[in-house]
Amino acid sequence: MKKRTFKEWLKQWDQGEFDLDRGEAEALHYRPETQEKDDDSWAHRPVRGLREGEYTLFVKVYPFAALLLASVMIFFFMRTVAELPPFASACTPANQSEVIRRYIENGLTETGAVNIVAGVILDYRAFDTLGESHVLFTAATAVFILMLAGEAEPEDKRTRRILEADTVLSVTARVLFPLIVMFGFYVILCGHLGPGGGFSGGAVIGGGLILCSMAFGPERISRLINMKTYRGVVLCALLFYSIAKCYSFYCGAHHLETVFSPGTPGMIFSAGLILPLNIAVGLVVACTMYGFYSLFTRGTV
Amino acid sequence: MDLIELCLLGLILICGIATCLQKNLMVSLIIFMAYSVIMSIVWALLRAPDLAITEAAVGAGISSLLLFITLQKIRDLKRKDASNDEKTNL
Repeated sequence: MKKRTFKEWLKQWDQGEFDLDRGEAEALHYRPETQEKDDDSWAHRPVRGLREGEYTLFVKVYPFAALLLASVMIFFFMRTVAELPPFASACTPANQSEVIRRYIENGLTETGAVNIVAGVILDYRAFDTLGESHVLFTAATAVFILMLAGEAEPEDKRTRRILEADTVLSVTARVLFPLIVMFGFYVILCGHLGPGGGFSGGAVIGGGLILCSMAFGPERISRLINMKTYRGVVLCALLFYSIAKCYSFYCGAHHLETVFSPGTPGMIFSAGLILPLNIAVGLVVACTMYGFYSLFTRGTV
Repeated sequence: MDLIELCLLGLILICGIATCLQKNLMVSLIIFMAYSVIMSIVWALLRAPDLAITEAAVGAGISSLLLFITLQKIRDLKRKDASNDEKTNL
């Protein structure tokens, strides 16, 4: 049997030799018994670049080295946990740092957000969050560049047909999809009133879109989200975020008064800019999550 | 500490160890998903519902899904690799 090096393999992959026209030839040579033998277990498969003796040594040493590493990590984590102050004790950092005390005592009146976490990350520390979201955007762009670099793969029709024909999946998706998306919107819209916020709500909506795409095929979703809408949504959301928070550049990031009043805490339209910012972040995250899934399965959005 | 919290923590330990020891990658991924779900319940019990929602959506949902798809892609490649090898052999 001819063995190829990893480099040759990559070259073939790059030149697109593993195309799906070979599917029929593959079906002719398909042997279930050989397939099951090398299915997924990695333990008996030789590692490239290791000789036989070295390989057995590697297999013997590997578990002990992993165990040692895990024990060292557990030791350090346990030591850190042992040094933490007990819950609600007087010597917690919250009682000693005046910044944290200010956040806890005045957060509700100054930001109008019942959920103090949202008040901190989207009002007091919104400038930091702006930087974070740009880091996320850069990372997502890098993933998109990497995945879109080659040509779009032809779709694996067999897998998709099997998925679409699956009754359990489609019925479950039909029942669950509206509930999941509704919950996601709830988490985004009530991010300043309770637990949640843009990122978690957007992730929930993205998960719902992925479920829908798996159950009913990607065409239905691509009517809603394609490359064009993805670009538009991400551009608008990030621009809105940047414009809404760019005045931090001019007032030295220690602003508190805004033109938007905090409103009555507890109402849905309150807490100034937190609600629109949550919506912007949620849209970006939902589109990015679905985009990643689509890139991984089809090679395009 | 409540009995249920102890049970959940024990389950997390079991899931974590089983994820490492499982040789079938597919089963390992499913155990990892279970780990994330239990972890999200523990976050909720630790009064961090924000983290619970995020862990359930990202940890149990999307990251496991991406790992599943990656596994499927690797399997497809391997199958094609094997069939190509057989063809050159014939």
